[in-house]
Amino acid sequence: MNTNIKTNLKKINTLLSVSALIFASSQVRAQDLSITVTNLTQGLHFTPIITAAHASDDHIFMVGSTATAELQAMAEGGDISGLVTMLSNADADTNENPAGGFLAPGMSTTYTLTNEAANTHLSMTTMILPSNDGFVGLDGWEIPTEAGTYTIMLNAYDAGTEANNELINGGGTPGVLGIPGAPSGGSGTNGSGVTDTESNTMIHIHRGTIGDDDTSGGTSDLNSSIHRWLNPVAKLTVSIQ
Amino acid sequence: MLTLSLVTKSSLSKSKLTLIATLALLLSACNDNDNSVVVTPVPAEYSYSITITNLTYAQPLSPLGVILHSDNKMWIVGDASSLSLEKLAEGGDNTDFLVDTNALASNSSEGVILPGTMSTISISTTDRMATYFTAATMLVNTNDAFSGLTGIDISTMAVDDTESWNLNVYDAGTELNSEAAGTIPGPVDGGTGFDATRDDVDFVGYHSGVVSQDDGLSSSVLTQAHRFDNPAIKLTITRTQ
Repeated sequence: MNTNIKTNLKKINTLLSVSALIFASSQVRAQDLSITVTNLTQGLHFTPIITAAHASDDHIFMVGSTATAELQAMAEGGDISGLVTMLSNADADTNENPAGGFLAPGMSTTYTLTNEAANTHLSMTTMILPSNDGFVGLDGWEIPTEAGTYTIMLNAYDAGTEANNELINGGGTPGVLGIPGAPSGGSGTNGSGVTDTESNTMIHIHRGTIGDDDTSGGTSDLNSSIHRWLNPVAKLTVSIQ
Repeated sequence: MLTLSLVTKSSLSKSKLTLIATLALLLSACNDNDNSVVVTPVPAEYSYSITITNLTYAQPLSPLGVILHSDNKMWIVGDASSLSLEKLAEGGDNTDFLVDTNALASNSSEGVILPGTMSTISISTTDRMATYFTAATMLVNTNDAFSGLTGIDISTMAVDDTESWNLNVYDAGTELNSEAAGTIPGPVDGGTGFDATRDDVDFVGYHSGVVSQDDGLSSSVLTQAHRFDNPAIKLTITRTQ
């Protein structure tokens, strides 16, 4: 990761010099972003966060489209390695895992991202635990050129790749039905499964988990008083210098 | 002859005093007759009208507490509630909240704001430091849900300027969302409001909504009617003077 940052910085420096020569103006330049992600919930954990500045045509997800295999791996199991590779191939400026693991309920993490001039749009994503394939997302927010502090409220999406059976069985590998875990606790066991189908296979706003009040049975292993949510679930604050 | 009357309020800045002194000198210089001039700087009054609309189906709102203060926030996601916020969020009692040490001016609406209704109150101050705004109200058919906003900079509002927000619901994190008989102060239950015991996560976050007996929480006194979604209230502030 350090190497990546250094490489990116080198690229930016080179780009800056070239820009200065060609345009002799500051219109095309890198920006320094200070970003804070806040987990607004009281009972959901966020898996390692990935944030990227990229070209306007690039997306890590799009509502109404099928999830890529890379997004599926993140949404079902919190694995961002595929997205990192994808973004690297697209010459994006990327920040990985700023919280060093989970971002616990109510917690915030702050990090910096310097974007190259061509990387004008910002995206961010992280998996919601416990959920089958629920994730928080920001898709292609145009980074303002004006300095200031911007606040963006983020919603929960469903990747459309896994049935929301709400059973905690360690299933985090893409294609394996089930929830990897419930770090905040309060979950149950021996649920019969809420549903085994996922008829909408496009990325959509998550309908929320249902849970139940039975810790040793019922349909869901989730706790309806702890693991539900209302949107928004996260807040992104972007300070541009 | 010139009589200069100064209101030496601590809130008057040095620059303003200098200005008045300069004005006095100029007036003295021009004053070549016996007319008496009395210059009495009247402290500017800042007045605002605040309207709240209850957007919910069956969640009466406790009297809206509004406060003008200097730059700070009266709650932060991830931080523990103050005792006065706990009293407001668990029992709808804003008495202590309004006399918070940060409050430079405060007011409360007269009574409960029923679903589908609105209420307007005013607040005035001559304190030039009172440029931040906070408002809060409890959703009374809940354990400790409240809505509002805090630390909003209103220093740039001119007379007749209006700002408006659709606001989400917070959970004070001070009382477990048991929805159980005897724990909810609103008309559905008539139970206990404030209880000093903190048996929940003990930090402020966004509310996950009520579950209700109709959606699987068998011990809940709430029904489908008491469910809510974001936003729950609309707030409008207009500077009137």
